[in-house]
Amino acid sequence: MGEVKLMKGNEAIAEAAIRAGADAYFGYPITPQSEVIEYLMVERPEDRTGMVVLQAESEIAAINMVYGAAGAGKKVMTSSSSPGVSLKQEGISYIAGAELPCVIVNVVRGGPGLGTIQPSQADYFQSTKGGGHGDYKLLVLAPASVQEMADFVDQAFDLAFKYRNPVLILSDGVIGQMMEKVVMPEQKPRLTNDEIIERYSDWATVGKKKSRERNIITSLELDPYRQEAHNLKLQEKYKKMEENEVRYEMINCEDADYIIVAYGSSARIAQKTMDQARAKGLKVGIFRLITLFPFPKNEINKLADRVKGFLAVEMSAGQMIEDVRLAVNGKVPAEHYGRYGGVIHSPEEVLAALEQKIIGG
Amino acid sequence: MDIKEIIKPENLVYKKTELMTDAPLSYCPGCGHGTAHRITMEVVEEMGIWEDTIGVAPVGCSVLAYDFMNIDMTQAAHGRAPAVATGIKRVWPEKYVFTYQGDGDLAAIGGNETLHACNRGENIVIIFINNGIYGMTGGQMAPTTLPGMKSSTSPYGRVIETMGHPLKMTELIAQLPGTYFVTRQAVHTAAAVRKTKKAIRKAFEIQKEKKGLAFIEIVSNCNSGWKMNPVDANNWMVDNMFPYFPLGDIKVDGELVK
Amino acid sequence: MAKIIGAIEVDVEKCKGCGVCIPACPTDVILLAKKVNGKGYHYAYMENPEACIGCTNCAVVCPDGVISVYKVKVA
Repeated sequence: MGEVKLMKGNEAIAEAAIRAGADAYFGYPITPQSEVIEYLMVERPEDRTGMVVLQAESEIAAINMVYGAAGAGKKVMTSSSSPGVSLKQEGISYIAGAELPCVIVNVVRGGPGLGTIQPSQADYFQSTKGGGHGDYKLLVLAPASVQEMADFVDQAFDLAFKYRNPVLILSDGVIGQMMEKVVMPEQKPRLTNDEIIERYSDWATVGKKKSRERNIITSLELDPYRQEAHNLKLQEKYKKMEENEVRYEMINCEDADYIIVAYGSSARIAQKTMDQARAKGLKVGIFRLITLFPFPKNEINKLADRVKGFLAVEMSAGQMIEDVRLAVNGKVPAEHYGRYGGVIHSPEEVLAALEQKIIGG
Repeated sequence: MDIKEIIKPENLVYKKTELMTDAPLSYCPGCGHGTAHRITMEVVEEMGIWEDTIGVAPVGCSVLAYDFMNIDMTQAAHGRAPAVATGIKRVWPEKYVFTYQGDGDLAAIGGNETLHACNRGENIVIIFINNGIYGMTGGQMAPTTLPGMKSSTSPYGRVIETMGHPLKMTELIAQLPGTYFVTRQAVHTAAAVRKTKKAIRKAFEIQKEKKGLAFIEIVSNCNSGWKMNPVDANNWMVDNMFPYFPLGDIKVDGELVK
Repeated sequence: MAKIIGAIEVDVEKCKGCGVCIPACPTDVILLAKKVNGKGYHYAYMENPEACIGCTNCAVVCPDGVISVYKVKVA
């Protein structure tokens, strides 16, 4: 068993990046995720593993440093919070277009605009529907605990390299800032340069040997038919993710009449709501999303055959609810509840919404 | 002596380097980009570092530089090449990394990335082609467009009062302690090309010695954008661009010389 | 005294006829052809081949790298 620590979610993600054998982190401070880069700077990962940490001049520069280093076959991460992630979208679109692996962390805060520094889940659309320009998808993991903040980093890198696609860890200000006990994974060694050259010489810019064609990292294809073919290839990849990577957790769904669909900190709040409901004799279960893309639409659709209704609980004006409704496909009622702009809903508010919108309705 | 007697492999004294691909250049006839590409690749070849050199292409006319340079390359988002190069160089410090950027890319949209890569003293080479105009998008005003110079977005000439001054990016970044070698050159004559190639060689040698950032501006022509034939464009460049963007070294061995 | 004789070879199909090589030549060897290549460009050619000294100036300034230069020393 690994080392047990008491840590903030943001610190856990930073420590986990070192232990995952990441080669570099490029970031820019923004509340509520600045502890990620602060922790890394204190830890001196350059001495521990040789990992590079650099504070960039902007989120734009940071994501483009990620683009360069990821294109050169290295394991790279960046993190930010909502306004900063908006700035990164250009770079993320290029990374997705050029099919590069990397991990991006968004510790979401309330918006729009500069918004607030309080937690939010209002970046769901941006995270799961593309975010930047063009038809692309990120694989999105939503941790609901400090432990998952730590565990998802290594998983995210594995998925990123498996699909050569950016993977987003979509957290929020609650998970980023709260402290919990966390079992840290063992240190993985970083790949050596020779290993990187051996594994990724078929695509990465690691220096062209005379014996092979040059590698080009680009998202540009001026011929529309070839660009369309590239898009089809991307769509094929996203389909494979939908087939193979759907992750979720079902809590007390076996006998449930009503299902709360939630992710991240809303899923934690929903657990208390579930307990309160069950104490009142209401059979409530939780469907916790772990991957937001791919979305577990088949599983929710199946569940809709045997329950009476769904409540999508998210700290937004109603974003994930659209995917829940598509999955439920009108079989039973599916409604949204959530506070937003940085306000966190209480379990009692969620229960009241469940009774009023779903059970009472 | 018959020409056939002269044109024999053993008598060859100059041909295009093999580090330039056989793809026809997408540049307009007479454009200095091709020359700048070629001498950059000649330097990489002469130093024997092609297996360890990674180039970063910009957005602009030279967006397809990777079609012509026969080395591993990354195409960066508009203006972000210095950040992309930073990312590559930081994780592969033993590789040679260079960016190749135009004036819109480097001095306008990428001003911040340029400034900070220079200020951090990233061990990279930046090759900056300044032709005073946005070529690829069809001849719009660039940050380097001269006062009074016509472009498609300054059709009556650049008005300083409303459009600002041409930006001397090279003088600006020379002030930063992270830059080690800063020079402004040209490729319009054989002598200028040879001098520029020496500067590029020096820049890559500086990277080899990890001394800091080397920055080479090449004042070049844009005969399509300027609406002149190539030879006239070169003459116009000498008469009009060079007075505002004077050629020569600005910083050598980390010391300002101008 | 040894004399140097040069010659250039132009990759006609890749020449864009920009003419930058013409003023670069110190001995006025090059002109643009009356004929055009497959792309419609009047390509560079040696109008006065006997004057070529193989100095490489034309090749060095050629943006498209279409000129190869040869030279021989004759007694």
